[in-house]
Order: sequence, then C-alpha cells, then structure tokens
Amino acid sequence: MTETRNEDVYVLADDSREAVFIAEGITKVYHMGEVDVHALRGVDLQLYKGEFVVLLGPSGSGKSTLLNILGGLDVPTAGSVRYRDHDLTEATEAELTEYRRHHVGFIFQFYNLIPSLTARENVALVTEIALDPMTPEEALKLVDLGDRMDHFPSQLSGGQQQRVAVARAVAKRPEVLLCDEPTGALDITTGVKVLEAIERVNRELGTTTAVITHNAAIAAMADRVIHIADGRIARIDHNTQKKKPTELEW
Amino acid sequence: MRAINRKLLRDLWHMRGQALAIVMIIASGVALFVTQLATLESLTFTRDSYYAEKRFADVFANCKRAPAPALQRIREVPGVDVVQSRVIVEVMLDVPGLAEPAKGRLLSVPDGRRPALNDLFLRDGRMPDPQAQGEVVVIEMFAKANNYHLNDTITAVINGRHQRLTIVGIGLSPEYVYSIAPGEMIPDDRRYAVLWMNERELAAAYNMEGAFNDLALTLAPHASEGEVIARVDDILRPYGGLGAYARKEQVSHWFLQNELTQLETFGVFIPLIFIGVAAFLLNVVLNRVIATERDQIAALKAFGYSNLRVALHFSQMVAGIVLVGALVGTAVGYWLGVMMIDLYTAYYHFPVLTFRMAGWVPVAGLLITAAASFAGTLNAVRRAAALPPAEAMRPEAPPTYRATTIERLGLQRLLAQPSRMILRNLERRPMKAGLSVLGMSMAVAMLVMGTAFMDIIYYVIDMQSNVIHREHVQVSFHEPRSMRSLHELERLPGVTYAEPFRSVPARVRFGHRSRRIGINGVPADTRLDRVLNMELEPFELPKDGILLSRVLGEKLGISAGDQLTVEVLEGSRPVRQVKVAALIDDFMGIAAYMEIRALNRLMREGDVISGANLLTDGRHDRELYDALRERPLVAGVVSKEAIIGNLKRMIEENLAVTIGINVLFAAIIAFGVIYNSARVSLSERARELASLRVLGLTRGEISYILLGELAILTLVSLPIGFLLGNWLIDAVMLTLNSEVMRFPRVVSGTTYALAATSVIVAATASGLIVRERLDKLDLVEVLKSRE
Repeated sequence: MTETRNEDVYVLADDSREAVFIAEGITKVYHMGEVDVHALRGVDLQLYKGEFVVLLGPSGSGKSTLLNILGGLDVPTAGSVRYRDHDLTEATEAELTEYRRHHVGFIFQFYNLIPSLTARENVALVTEIALDPMTPEEALKLVDLGDRMDHFPSQLSGGQQQRVAVARAVAKRPEVLLCDEPTGALDITTGVKVLEAIERVNRELGTTTAVITHNAAIAAMADRVIHIADGRIARIDHNTQKKKPTELEW
Repeated sequence: MRAINRKLLRDLWHMRGQALAIVMIIASGVALFVTQLATLESLTFTRDSYYAEKRFADVFANCKRAPAPALQRIREVPGVDVVQSRVIVEVMLDVPGLAEPAKGRLLSVPDGRRPALNDLFLRDGRMPDPQAQGEVVVIEMFAKANNYHLNDTITAVINGRHQRLTIVGIGLSPEYVYSIAPGEMIPDDRRYAVLWMNERELAAAYNMEGAFNDLALTLAPHASEGEVIARVDDILRPYGGLGAYARKEQVSHWFLQNELTQLETFGVFIPLIFIGVAAFLLNVVLNRVIATERDQIAALKAFGYSNLRVALHFSQMVAGIVLVGALVGTAVGYWLGVMMIDLYTAYYHFPVLTFRMAGWVPVAGLLITAAASFAGTLNAVRRAAALPPAEAMRPEAPPTYRATTIERLGLQRLLAQPSRMILRNLERRPMKAGLSVLGMSMAVAMLVMGTAFMDIIYYVIDMQSNVIHREHVQVSFHEPRSMRSLHELERLPGVTYAEPFRSVPARVRFGHRSRRIGINGVPADTRLDRVLNMELEPFELPKDGILLSRVLGEKLGISAGDQLTVEVLEGSRPVRQVKVAALIDDFMGIAAYMEIRALNRLMREGDVISGANLLTDGRHDRELYDALRERPLVAGVVSKEAIIGNLKRMIEENLAVTIGINVLFAAIIAFGVIYNSARVSLSERARELASLRVLGLTRGEISYILLGELAILTLVSLPIGFLLGNWLIDAVMLTLNSEVMRFPRVVSGTTYALAATSVIVAATASGLIVRERLDKLDLVEVLKSRE
C-alpha cells in the first residue's frame, strides 16, 4: 500500500510544490554534564504547503527535537532551517517569539492547558495576541466543543482537553501546525477524535501539519511518513491513499 | 479582561493562603511605616505651625537680675529681631490631696498685653487683668490633672510667703509642649505647674521692678545664631547671666526633637525588617509557582508570548500581593496613627493635635515595599523569563540525592527509612533549608526583640530607682548653702540619712563644640546617687577630674584624658579646665559627675551644697513635707516614688501599646514564614508522598516525613533566632539611643520562652493545616498529573 522512495527522487518529482520548511544538515547536541548527547545527526528535510506529515520514530530518536527546532522552540547546533523567508537558525529570541506567535500552532502530548483558565479562556490566551484569529467560540466549535467552552481543564476528559489544545493551536489560523505525540496520553476512541480535529484543520484550512508519534498506525493518515531513528532520517514513505482517522487501528 | 490577566487573578486566588500570609507581613511593615512617619509628619507640622503662630523664640537666656538698659543693648545686637524680657521664678504650690509640695514656675506676662514672643494659647478664660491682684493663667495639664477650673484658687509659696492665686485662664505655651520640672525627665502634671502672672505683680514680689531675669529673642533672617548668643552672653554676664542658648537646647523642644528623631529612625528601621522578610517569602513562593508552572510557561512561550511578557506576568503576581499588602497596611497604619497621636496628646501638648497623613507617606511605603519585593523576586522572575520553551516542556530532572553525613558516619542503622528521607531532603537542598531556617529565625528574633523592650524598660526603671538613685526624697535649694543646711535636713522628721549634692549649671566646651549641662557633685562614698556603668559596677569618683555620659563625650568629641573647658553659669562665672577622667555608659539624660569636694574646689568655694538626697523611714512623710514647705530656702522637693510612678504610667499607657503592636506583627511574621514553608514543602512533595501512600504508608507516616522536616527546621531556628534577636536589639538600640535615653540589652528567660512558644504554636498550627491537606491527598489525581 505504501511506496518507499528515495528522498532525492521524491524531491525531483515534486519540486513544483511550494516548500514551507527547508532544513539542511541540522544537528543538535545536548551537553548533559560530562557527556554529549547527539539528538540530531545531520537532517535534511523539506515540508510542503498544506501537506500532512507524520514523523515516526521510537522514543529518543530525535523527533521531538526536530519538531522543536521547526517550531522555533529550540535552535540547532549546526545546519540551517528556513521557514519561507525566515532563517530560524539566525533568528534572535524576539524574532523566534514573533515567528511562533504569528505562524505556528503547537499541540503537546500533555495538552499544557492553563489549569486556571476555562476552555474559552485558554483559546483566548492565543487569539488575543494573534493578527487574524478566529474567535475562541469558532475555534472550539471546530473541534466539537461548543458546549464545553466554560469548563476548566479539570472538568474535561483527556480527549476533550487535547481538543481544547487543538482549538487553541488553530485559532490563530497558523500556517503550520506542529503536534508532539498528540494522542500519546489518550486511548484509541478519544485519540481518534483528536486526530479527526487535526485532520479537519489540515483539510479545511490548508494548514501544513506535522505530527510526531511513535504510533505507526497514525502514519496511515499522512501524505508523507518520515521515519526517524538515532537522530537521522531513516526513510520517507509516501502514502498514495490516506486513511481517515476513524479507519485507524492500534 | 485578557485571558493572561485572568490566569493571574485565578493563580493568586489559588495560592491565597500563602499570598495572605505575605500580604499580612507586608501590611505589618507598611502599617508601622505609615503610622510612625505620619505621626512624625503630624507632630512636625503641628509643632511648626504652633511655633510660628505663637512666635516661639530662637534664643533664650537667663540671668540673676538685669536692669532694663541691658535689654536695650540686646535689642541693638545685629541679627536680633524681637526681644521679650520676663521674670521667671520657681515656687512651691500646695495642691489639695498631695502630701509633698508641687513645683511651680511663675512667668511674667507684660501687663495688659500679650507677650511678643512665646505667646500663650488660651484654652479658656482670659489673661490676668493688669489692675487686679493675684490673677494667673495656669497650664492646662496641671489644671486638668488636679481638677482646677476657672476662678479656683491655688496657694503658692512666693518668696517665702503663702499667697492665694486665682485662676482666670487656662492655657498652653510653645515653650511647654513637653512640660517637666527642671532636672526631671517625665512630665508629672499633678506636681508641676506653669503659671503666668502680670509682670508688675511678680516683679514686685521678687524685687525685680525695672529688671528681668529671663529673655527670649528671635533672629533676623540670615543672622548668625552663634554670634548673637555670644553677644547676649557678654551683655548679661555682669548680671549673673547663666548663658544664652539656642532653641535646640530648650528643654521642651529638645525632648520633642528627640522623640521625632526616634520616630524617624524607628519608622524606617523596623518596617524594613518586615519588608525584607516579605521579599524573602515572595521569592520562595514565586520560585515554587514557577517550578510548578514550567509547562504553562512553556506553552505560553510556544504560542508566542515573549520572555518579557512572561516576566511581566510573574512580576504582576508580586505586584498584586505588594499592592494589597500596601493598601491594607496603609489603612491599618492610618488607624494606628490616629491611636498613636492620641497617646502623644498625653505627653506633648498642642492646642490641637490632629492626625494627618501626607500623600507621600503611603506612596513611599508602597515604593519601598515594591522595590524590596521586586529585588527579592528578580531571580525567580528571571528564571521564568529565561526558561527555554523546549526545556520547559520536559519535566524537571529528578533531583540528585545522596547519603547524608550522618549516614556516612555509619549511624544509618539508628534511622528508619522515613527519618533518612527527612535528613536527605534537608541535606540535598541546604540552601532552601537554610533560607527556611533564616525566615523562621527572623520571626523568633522579631518576637524576642519586641518582648525584650519590656524587659529593657523595666530593667532601666529598676536600675534608676533601686540601684542608681536610692534616695526617697530629693530636696533642692534656691541658692547654694553651707553644709549646715544638711545637718538641718538630717534632723527633720523621718529622715534617717542625708547625703549632700552640689549641682552647678555650666557650659562645657571642647574645641568648637559645647553643651549646657548641670555638673553633679556627689560624695566619694555616695550611697544614694551612684555613678554606675552599664555593667552596674560603681565608678570610683576621681579626686579631681570629671565623668561624662558617653553620649555627651561623643557629642563633644572628647575622650578620657582630654581637658574639658567648663564655663560655670552661676556666681562669678569662672571658666576652668577639668580633666575628663572617664566616659560613663549611663541610661538617661546627659550627665557630668564630679566628687563634691573636687567640684567645690573647682568653684573656689567652701563646703557648699545645692541640696540633699534623703532616706526616710516612710512613716513621717506628711510632717517632713510640711516642714520642708515652711523653709524658704527649699526650692523643690521630689519624691522618687512619684517619679517612678510617672515612669511606669508612661510605659503602661504609651510604650506598652507600641510594643504590643510590635509583638503582634512579629507573631504575624512567625506564622507567615512557617505557614509558607510548610505549604511550599507540601506542594513540592505531594507526588512523592502520595506515591508512598500508594505503597502502603499510613497518613501518620507520610505526615511524619513532611512535618518532621518542619519540626527540625523550627527547632534549629530557635537558637539562631535568639542570637539574631540579640543582634537586632543592638541594631535597634543604635537607632533608638538618644540623649534622652540609652538602653542596655536585656533579654529575660521569659522573653526567650515566649518567643519559642509563639513560634512552636505557629509551627504546630501550620503543621495541622498541612496535615489536614495531607489527609485529603487524592492519590489517583496526584499520580495522574504530570509533575
């Protein structure tokens, strides 16, 4: 069902598409006391407008590091990352903040909702600083939580909390949606609902979406699946036929 | 409202227990600050307008008897603006219900006119009629204390003759805001009166017609005070001048000024301690909040909130607490200030003394608090701002533990596992444990200091009344007399022992600095007026040479061995050199002591005395006082019992309130610090403790781990707090010690016990609150939530 292609071949075949991210030779080394941990060892990668990419790999493979670098949360030790005309490797702290504020939506494994704010207020936290946001109500309706807007995180189930997080991430109409194990803490039924929300945003708003996961089943809903192991891209799969989240099994 | 501000308010509400504790500490500091400084402001403002309105003089001078032409010469001195001459005499008064005679001071007022300077404020009645006889205006405090009203009469012994005076007015004067008999420290409104009488009548009684013995003057703008004083001195010298002096040496003004200086230093120093503690607590709490909100901070940053905005967010948290604290403090301070002013009206007398709070006082309180709090939390805020978002997304790395020193010493078998946890936890974060101990020690120290004031004051009273001054009655003469007068006093009813003293008014000078004081001559083997140092060792009175209060020595810049110039201000006004034998650490006033015969030699006079200290059998006081009243040579009689009574009354009415407030606020600190420590430990370790519960430990056992730590910290902080308290007392004494009073450091066992008990009670209460929360620990919830 899936084809395996060499990346070079793929790029040649698809270079008519508009690249949103171009990463070249990025490495990341963490200094942990006396040992150096190589999280990324030279990654070349392009992400294209509107595509849905899954970064698949076991824990410790470096996929979170890669996502953090793409999202402007972290900078590589070497190599370059460009987002359209922004050079993320050379950007200052303030420029990275601007970049995150206006272009990126984040979804985290543990939701990272502000417990003292209701669902609506958690979304408002982002819409209040965005340029052209939807209203918190619109965003919450998009993830099917129109009836839970005034609930605090502690009054919501895990799946509902993650959907609030999705609403919060997409409310600013970001060009890129970066999701770090969005279903990692959820069971299959609730996980599917969250994935449906993410897929819907990708489809309806055309948001470039990258999801990292160690759950191979999720790969089936991606346009491309980038396998990461030991800080390198092991291979890239291209799905000719994407599955709907409801069709996934794990 | 923006969502991030909503988060702020809800976070504050969530930590309301801890926030409230800090608010209370800030409020205590700000309240003290506002109270003291607003009181200072009110007093200063009232004093200045009173002085201006009643034309309080700049320079004062007394002499024996100067003729009117001398006054004209003084008027012509360059720099002199207005001059007012008067006649002042000290008299004895018969007050119904009082065994001993009261002291009175009669001041002349120009016949039919108001005084040009030092005018009276008439509360009631009128000035004496220039045509009438025996009419007086009485100072309000004396009238009140003795229940005198208009048209009542008082009997005075004027120049040896009993005379009835009619009260036609009741008033106050800027010269007697703090009204005390000469040589005393504390007002005794029952036994000391100031009275104003027509000049013609008073002058006639004392053979002072066309003459004066006292004058006051104001200076023209830009006049040199020192020069005017020197010229006035020169003019009055032939007339028995006692030396002119500036307003700053005027008794009432001097006491008031000392009080204001004390308010100023006290109003800043003590609040600073509170505010420091509050800043420290804010730091602890904020660090904890930031640690628990790591993932929220990360999320905020991931969404594009800048580091500055995150820093601002946490600064606003501090600002919220500071603002509420400052507001509550200002309100409480205002209320306390009104109370304080009420206390002041008992000792400092103005026509009206109302509490007013200048706008700058609360603003300054707020700014100081804000500055200290932001400085104290800068590090925590910076940590939040610098937290890299990617880093913050991961839970904090597990802390490194190791076996403690005690265990490494091989004593681990003595310790059960929970006890080891306590010790390892303490050793792992010695800084945090140290800060908690420091906070609690501060609380202990504040309690020790607050309560120790009572110890100190009662100690000083005991010293002054039982150890230093052991006489029962002090008798002073109008004029120096021969030793024969002493023998006369010895024979009076009830007198068991009489000891002479000589008191010489003098200006002492060293270099360009000088002070007006009284030199006390006492016998070398004195039993009743002893010269002791702060260690209570009697000073050997040197055969010649002079002992000075250390505070006076320091003012003059003189030390033992130096030659002091003594310009005697009575008799032929000789100027002599005396060697300073030693500086003495005494408690009250500024004093100079000489052996009585050495003083007589210095004065080139025979065995002359100014009065005597008496011991009585206590059974014949009435007869003794009657006998003394009959003797024209006796200027005044002072019963020590009355003085001590006044001192105790002043303390109970005035200081007790201030000290009570301090102790209350210290207790607030104690509770605030301990409660915060306990809450922070609880939130840091809830997960660990819940895990232990899941593993089967009982509630009691996990409480032991958490509260055991608190108990150890509390116990360690007690001795450190005692030590700190002693330092604190020394530091406060440095700011409090004045020419009026010096305080030794005295801390009784009861004070230590009280401080320890309060802190242990606060710790137990905090422990119980935390224990209650521990009991309610939701095991599933705690374990599910990410750290």
